Amino acid sequence: MHRQILAVFIGLSAIFPAAAPAGGHGDGPVTLTIYSARKAHLIEPILEAYTRATGVQFHLLTGKPGPLLERLAAGNGGSAVDLLLTVDAGNLWHAAERGLLAPLESEVLTRAVPAALRDPGNRWFGLSKRARTIAYNPARTGPGELSTYEDLADPKWRGRLCLRTAKKVYNQSLVAALIAHHGEAATERIVAGWVANLAADPFSNDTKTLQAVAAGRCDAAIANTYYYGRLMRKEPGLDLALFWPNQDAQGVHVNVSGAGVTARARHPDAARRFLEWLAQPAAQDLFASLNLEYPVREDLPPAPAVAAWGEFRGDAVNLSEAGRLQAAAVRLMDRAGYR
Amino acid sequence: MAGPRSGMAAAALPGRALRAGSLLLAGSVLLPLLVIFSGWAAPAGEVWSHLAGTVLGRLLANTLLLMLGVAAGTALLGVGLAWLVSAYDFPGRRVFNWALMLPFALPTYVMAFVFLGLLDFQGPAQELARRWLDLPPSFGVEVRGPAGVLAVMTLVLYPYVYLLARVAFLGQGQTAFEAARTLGMSAAGAFFRAALPLARPAVAAGVSLAVMEALADFGAVAVFNFDTFTTAIYKAWFGMFDLHAASQLASLLLLFALALLTLERYSRARARYAESGRPARRRRLRGIHAAAAAGGCALVLLLAFLLPLAQLLVWAWDSRADLDARYLDLLGNTLGLGAAAALATVLGAVLLAAAVRHRPGRLSRAAARVGTLGYAIPGSVLAVAVMLSLGWLDRQLAAGWLWWSGEALRWGLVGSAFSLVLAYFARFLALAYGPVDAAFEQLRPGAREAAQALGLSGAALFRRIYLPLLRPGLLTAALLVLVDVMKEMPATLLLRPLGWDTLAVRVYGLTAEGLWERAALPAVALVAAGLLPVALLNARRPERRGRRHGAA
Repeated sequence: MHRQILAVFIGLSAIFPAAAPAGGHGDGPVTLTIYSARKAHLIEPILEAYTRATGVQFHLLTGKPGPLLERLAAGNGGSAVDLLLTVDAGNLWHAAERGLLAPLESEVLTRAVPAALRDPGNRWFGLSKRARTIAYNPARTGPGELSTYEDLADPKWRGRLCLRTAKKVYNQSLVAALIAHHGEAATERIVAGWVANLAADPFSNDTKTLQAVAAGRCDAAIANTYYYGRLMRKEPGLDLALFWPNQDAQGVHVNVSGAGVTARARHPDAARRFLEWLAQPAAQDLFASLNLEYPVREDLPPAPAVAAWGEFRGDAVNLSEAGRLQAAAVRLMDRAGYR
Repeated sequence: MAGPRSGMAAAALPGRALRAGSLLLAGSVLLPLLVIFSGWAAPAGEVWSHLAGTVLGRLLANTLLLMLGVAAGTALLGVGLAWLVSAYDFPGRRVFNWALMLPFALPTYVMAFVFLGLLDFQGPAQELARRWLDLPPSFGVEVRGPAGVLAVMTLVLYPYVYLLARVAFLGQGQTAFEAARTLGMSAAGAFFRAALPLARPAVAAGVSLAVMEALADFGAVAVFNFDTFTTAIYKAWFGMFDLHAASQLASLLLLFALALLTLERYSRARARYAESGRPARRRRLRGIHAAAAAGGCALVLLLAFLLPLAQLLVWAWDSRADLDARYLDLLGNTLGLGAAAALATVLGAVLLAAAVRHRPGRLSRAAARVGTLGYAIPGSVLAVAVMLSLGWLDRQLAAGWLWWSGEALRWGLVGSAFSLVLAYFARFLALAYGPVDAAFEQLRPGAREAAQALGLSGAALFRRIYLPLLRPGLLTAALLVLVDVMKEMPATLLLRPLGWDTLAVRVYGLTAEGLWERAALPAVALVAAGLLPVALLNARRPERRGRRHGAA
């Protein structure tokens, strides 16, 4: 009996929290704790490269952006979190808005990252860039017919458009950017036009949406560039091409994956140095090319496979607008019947 | 096994301690639920009027459809199959008897993406059909509608009903059915008027588990873009960043669960167990009937398990290069968390069930009822509630400690394995409580009195009399929780300690990027890890019970 009780206690002590992960001040190599909504397989190789170069170790916790933010806000118990890495500017904006990120005075970062792709208050910085553009089936339509996001609401596209679900934050940011340019009323008319033109119920992800275009279920869709790149790498023969819309207007809607140092970081300096390293050319190449994205720096060319899609002019509106207008965008899409 | 035994020791405590313990347990479930209800402290804001004016009607209709559809589907499939394998003999019955539980090892979200991968417009099935029938490329069938969601949910969730109904059918033996037959009823009449009513508590328990699982699901409905009530919760939270509105919506989901549980209790209260002393003697089916029975079972097994598994294996083979030593860690974490949660929930369920019986009263019953509410709350909502309540506890403890000892101490409950196990506990206690409660239900009061007459009491009474009688029920509960925790994704994702990635977390990372094929490898590992407990869940219990009754 006593042995059983002992066993229960040993079991409990394994379940109860152990000491916080070690990360001494000054003695031995620093260990940075990162919360990341960017997926593990896209970030681990970069962390490994940094560890090889500097000896800095990492604790990585991945998760969904929203819940991860809540956990960061709840304080993660005993151990401090140094960095938040997440996709979509809306998420970054929201983290900054809740006071979870600290302003960062770093000339390296402000010089490397274009002003539109970082927080005006320097609490987060874009690290890689993706465009949310139009993909089309060349057998059914082409650059002669395509022009802008707004034009996809025109009745000539009736039954020819495919979209991903409005629940995805990328679409919420796109609509938020449209609101920033056109105001709510005009944007609602555009979104309602899209919905009227849908060939099928919205899809749960970009890949399925693109496959529907390639299969001829619809003629055009809106998707992120790297999903297109990934799909074409796997099935090069697909009837699928990219089009850069709005080149005579505001430009293609771009978004970032980015990062900031947390307000309660244990190693703020080491965290800043890591971010600055990420803005260096070699790290930029690795970070972007792992996911077929664009480097956030304008002086660096994208990987050859990405460059092959052609050049475009991106939207210059500051991405924090996407965060600020996100709730309005969600409401607007609900009203327009976009699911 | 440590679980049942220490459970017995707990149940041997005097009634007062028992009730105190059960109240404490219910409290640990109640705390996060209170956090959810505390959302009402803030005024029902403008998010509500927005949702009510736009999407709420459709979401409620969808949710109702999902509940009714899953209830009907799982009842039909679960009861039908359970009756087939327990009342009849046909070729392959012995295999189907356990194999029909296998779909339980498949997570709903995995089933959903495999289903779409195979059957969607651009999937291989429709591609082939178009080629063979020479149809235009734009011709196709939309499978992402409500029918598709219901099919996936039913195929994954029917095992809850099947498992419990089969036990009930075997337990009642053939007496009632045969008596009805001798009285001149048709086989169908005897089934509906005698066998089914006796099994009703078990069927109701199974169906309510399946429906609660469907209510809380977010993964599968997201793959289908089928908006349910959980969608509204996520929309309020992540789309409009209104945690108050999100928890207000979540508390409504709790009311759904409460209604369901009340319904289930009601149906159980009116039925009494009638145990037969005779083992079931199965009627042998011949000819076309035997073929139909075997064919039906085979079809369900094929659709719900073999086909999805085959597709997963094909995909996993393509990404076999991903397989490395990390998978051992993932597997270890998955099993470790599952085992810890199974132990905790079964102990908790025993305590609650024992308190209801040995310290009857309103408090004990309320504790049991509250303890089983968490199952219908979406994993990540519950997880956030657990996190917020532990964060609060963290601060109170730190303040108390500082006052008492003058030292600052971080308790670090949030993000500890404890917080995760607590979330599992709150979510899956209902799952463990069902079989444990049923096991207690079948204890005859005479057993205890006889044992006491023989001078057995306290721990000895429980170890020598109750434990052997309860063991099958406890084992069933533990295995159910083990498998469900292994499949659980959102709470694990949010609350796991640093470095404790599980197979489900790995599946999430890949599916969230649309990499279904690469997600097949961890998914296959997850299914494989779940197969052993599912197999254990199966074969032993009913057969042994049958024999024991025969020997008695």
